[in-house]
Amino acid sequence: MSGEPILRFEEVSKIYPLPAGDVVALDLVSLTVDPGEFIAVMGPSGSGKSTLLNLMGCLDVPTRGKIYLSGQEISRMSDDDLTRLRRDRIGFVFQQFNLIPLLSAVENVEFPIILTTDREESRRRAIEVMRAMHLNDALFTHRPAELSGGEQQRVAIARALVNDPDLLLCDEPTGNLDSKTGTAIMEILAEENREGKTVIMVTHDPNVAAYARRTIRIVDGRLA
Amino acid sequence: MIFFDLAVRNLKRHKVRSVLATVGIIIGVIAIASLGVMGSSLSVLFSGMVSDVSDTLLVTPHLAASSGDPFDPRNTLAARISDKNLGLIEKAAGEHRVVPMILASDRLHVRDASGYVTMYAMPAADIPFLLEEEAGIYPQGRSSGVMVGSLLADELDLHPGSRIEVGGESVRVVGIAAERGMAIDINPDYAVIVTEDWYTERHGGQDYSRVVVKVGDLSEIEGVKAAIDQQINRRKEVVDVLDSREILEIFYETTDAINIFLLGIGAVSLLVASVSILNVMIISVTERTGEIGLMRSIGARKREVLRMFLYESLVLGIAGSIAGGIVSIAVAYYVTTTVAEYLTDFAMSAGAGIPVTVVIGYVAFAMAFGTATSIVAGFYPAWKAAQLNPIEALRYE
Repeated sequence: MSGEPILRFEEVSKIYPLPAGDVVALDLVSLTVDPGEFIAVMGPSGSGKSTLLNLMGCLDVPTRGKIYLSGQEISRMSDDDLTRLRRDRIGFVFQQFNLIPLLSAVENVEFPIILTTDREESRRRAIEVMRAMHLNDALFTHRPAELSGGEQQRVAIARALVNDPDLLLCDEPTGNLDSKTGTAIMEILAEENREGKTVIMVTHDPNVAAYARRTIRIVDGRLA
Repeated sequence: MIFFDLAVRNLKRHKVRSVLATVGIIIGVIAIASLGVMGSSLSVLFSGMVSDVSDTLLVTPHLAASSGDPFDPRNTLAARISDKNLGLIEKAAGEHRVVPMILASDRLHVRDASGYVTMYAMPAADIPFLLEEEAGIYPQGRSSGVMVGSLLADELDLHPGSRIEVGGESVRVVGIAAERGMAIDINPDYAVIVTEDWYTERHGGQDYSRVVVKVGDLSEIEGVKAAIDQQINRRKEVVDVLDSREILEIFYETTDAINIFLLGIGAVSLLVASVSILNVMIISVTERTGEIGLMRSIGARKREVLRMFLYESLVLGIAGSIAGGIVSIAVAYYVTTTVAEYLTDFAMSAGAGIPVTVVIGYVAFAMAFGTATSIVAGFYPAWKAAQLNPIEALRYE
């Protein structure tokens, strides 16, 4: 596996057919992401950032072109196979945190692995990751609504990391946080990257993008 | 089972909504179970009034003019069953008890009341066999004592020892027959019952107006009936043999129809309940679209989302069915005891009321139906939830 890119896009296009005419969200994008990279994806709104991230996260398949995740071509995969990839190989961090309100913090974190692992092992692993996120043990049983924004995002990052993913995808991870909390979150992501995790992050904030070691700019569906 | 946990927690989060949806199922289950139980109580009630005679064959003289109806007055007036034919009937009936009787009417005079009364005359030994006594003793052989039906006794305030005037002769009431209800063989409640000897002593020897055959084993009814028919009606129709089951069958068909009708009403109420579950589940799916999108994007498969929502409706259905089942059992208990009391009032066959197994059957059926309805109602919303596109669902506000 060594030397093989985590992610490879080969002339990938994504076209949304709309009544008013087709919308080309991505136009012949080719790129590779190597293991251990920290990439910021930047661009104005509507440029195709989100589409790019959705394709990277196996949430969607390209209209044309090929995407390889660790050498596996995903564009012909079934929904179940894509879901399994998301569950086992990818971690998502969202701008809105997107924790499940009915589950406690620790249950939110263990959600992705409890689908495949027994309860005890899941709980052990979830607690381990949450401690690494500097979350106080007392918060583990709290519901998301009882946590601050920064705490919620750290829980969300713990959830994204609990399955030890090949790829950590972040969509405006600091977008809903004040700058101080945002900085703390970015420190966590940078720390994860230093430990070898591949991180791809969509942002429009240059200060946040500065944490990344490579920046991909995208304008009108094309890499700039 | 994290998906089961999630389902239960979601139901708890919207307590009022969940309880209301459950109430729908509860009502539906109660409706089905209690209407079912009521329906069968109704048949028990009816058959309690007539079932004493379900083992009875009634042999009446055949008349061209007769409608075959044993209550047709022309039967009594016009034709009789001879001793010879009685012998043939006894032969055909084998070991089954044969009770010949004379049906007559005579003038009755009690204090200042007077009128005509039906009179049954039968062998003294057969009276205790057909009738239960409520008070006093059975009339014996040639003694002048008579028995009166319980309703007649009530109406005229007669007791063992009272004197009544029958056909101009003052006789002593020795016994009161217990209430028996309507039957195809005899209806003694408003009648005077005398021994055959008593009757022939006063009116001379006579042929019989009807013969009752008690067939202990219901399965033999058909055979005995055929045997009588063969023995007597060989060359021409001499007697009509009426099988009480024929009457009961018509009656059972009717109660079955009533049962189905009642169950239908119950089913409709469950249908309404299922619509309310459908509604609750659709609301739940819509509200949680974002959550579903998130679960799908971090690794929950379609079938897992489907399962989570099916659990929700399943829990609603099971909770409603259990609660409904418990209430139904209470209702069924009340209904059956009421029917039993009613039957006891009628002095009907003992052990009335419907069997416990029937009650349990209806309750179990209603509960199964309630649960199944909830699952069916929950399936569409669950399927819809599973089919949501994760990206669009995530973006949904």
